[in-house]
Amino acid sequence: MKRLSWFNTTSLTLGFAFLYLPMIILVIYSFNESKLVTVWAGFSTKWYGELLQNEAFLDAAWVTLKVAVLSSTLATVLGTMAAYVLVRGGRFMGRTVFSGMIYAPLVMPEVITGLSLLLLFIGIGLDRGVLTIVLAHTTFAMCYVSVVVSSRLLTFDRSLEEAALDLGCTGFEAFRLVTLPIIAPAVISGWLLAFTLSLDDLVIASFTAGPSATTLPIKIFSAVRLGVSPEINALSTLMIAIVTFGVISASLVSKRNSLRQQRDEQAAARAE
Amino acid sequence: MQRLILIAVPYTWLLALFLVPFLIVFKISLSDVELAIPPYTPTLSDGIVPFFKALDFENFAFLASDDLYWKAYLSSLRIALISTFLTLLVGYPMAYAMARAPEEWRPTLMMLVILPFWTSFLIRVYAWMGILSQEGFLNQFLLWTGLISEPLTILNTTTAVYIGIVYTYLPFMILPIFAALDRLDGSLIEAAEDLGCSRFQAFWLVTIPLSKNGIVAGSFLVFIPALGEFVIPSLLGGSGTLMIGKVLWEEFFNNRDWPVASAVAVILLLILIIPIVLFQRNQQRQAEAEQ
Repeated sequence: MKRLSWFNTTSLTLGFAFLYLPMIILVIYSFNESKLVTVWAGFSTKWYGELLQNEAFLDAAWVTLKVAVLSSTLATVLGTMAAYVLVRGGRFMGRTVFSGMIYAPLVMPEVITGLSLLLLFIGIGLDRGVLTIVLAHTTFAMCYVSVVVSSRLLTFDRSLEEAALDLGCTGFEAFRLVTLPIIAPAVISGWLLAFTLSLDDLVIASFTAGPSATTLPIKIFSAVRLGVSPEINALSTLMIAIVTFGVISASLVSKRNSLRQQRDEQAAARAE
Repeated sequence: MQRLILIAVPYTWLLALFLVPFLIVFKISLSDVELAIPPYTPTLSDGIVPFFKALDFENFAFLASDDLYWKAYLSSLRIALISTFLTLLVGYPMAYAMARAPEEWRPTLMMLVILPFWTSFLIRVYAWMGILSQEGFLNQFLLWTGLISEPLTILNTTTAVYIGIVYTYLPFMILPIFAALDRLDGSLIEAAEDLGCSRFQAFWLVTIPLSKNGIVAGSFLVFIPALGEFVIPSLLGGSGTLMIGKVLWEEFFNNRDWPVASAVAVILLLILIIPIVLFQRNQQRQAEAEQ
């Protein structure tokens, strides 16, 4: 096994320190007793207690979660359909426009997406609230889902689908029984991506949210504009903890699955 | 029939919620501001001839005449360019070291690069506010080491915006470069060294050109979103940091001048088209090269 040179070791150490130190400092200061976020005054969990009492944050968190679940689920369905159309749809009228509309939102600045959706909602007289945020998030998230799913569909052995069709499946049955189980990991990661994008989004939500519905990022942003606060540190720590736990467990599960698959393949090879 | 539904559903969705809104922005950018709700004069309601008569380019003329907008576009371009370059300087050595790391470390290293991307963008920017402020962590540390005797003003300057962009977009730079370096055939570098290249020459003449696609892809992935960035300049930048995303936001929410905000959006999009087309072309060429 070759070892890393001192140069490579240094750049990895410094690079990861740069990526992680800010968050580690944030987490440490969330346990600070003092209201002054920069002076350490002893360990305390009181900010977490205050956070759980803060109705406004809890309400916003609930709205955010609802929006994220609804929009990511819708986006997964629509995105998977779009990916299927792009990869398997063959030629149809307006295909170029379609693929343009799939890729454009990925590079569109959020301020423009937000502004344009708001103008639409006002134009058709739709009251701004949970529904408008869900519509907005679904639209940009479905494009991410369709990119993830179509990359899986491209590498997929088409003869499996054809076999199912030959054996008497209808088109939809072939999709449900053969295609879907094979692309499932991509569909799931697409959902997770859509979910996090929705949880995270500040700009588009600010444009499309009304007075009746405020999401957590909007709440955090307006609090943070006034400066650093220990309550926001506590909230951030909770969010970082949830994400870290989620990502690590997802990667462990996928690692175990691939190990099992390898073992099965070896067993099958021996049996032959 | 099934195929038709399959195509029609996502197609209609995107038409209604992506293309149509966009045309509305375009239209409003050509209408007059009014003190009403909605604060603009609709132009399409009374037929096509009055529609074309009512179109006016005065919002664009206004953008051209007012320094603020020109300066904001230019300064966004400059900030995006410089921060892309800085991200490359930080990201390349990391991607290089990751590609050189033992095989069994790589999945963990990859996960460590991707993990921050899943964490809230807003929180990652916010984390720097506590570090860069006058009595923040960085100043306390530098004062403690004796390197400086007065706290530095970093928060609310353009420097803080550079730090914020490099920090938040670093994974987008590292991953494509790592992918390119990972595929690189190590024997090519050995061959260069056998033929008399120094290690640095081999790096400059072999490794860099062979990872060019990754560098180009990573740079676009940082440059394009950085250009329209709003959160970073508004939290870390100061009043002297002009960025077009922030100008659009303020025009819309603070001044409530929708036609001008829409005109700002249309021009921002026109500016973005060039890098987006170049990026697409680069990706296509790469995909063709792989086949």
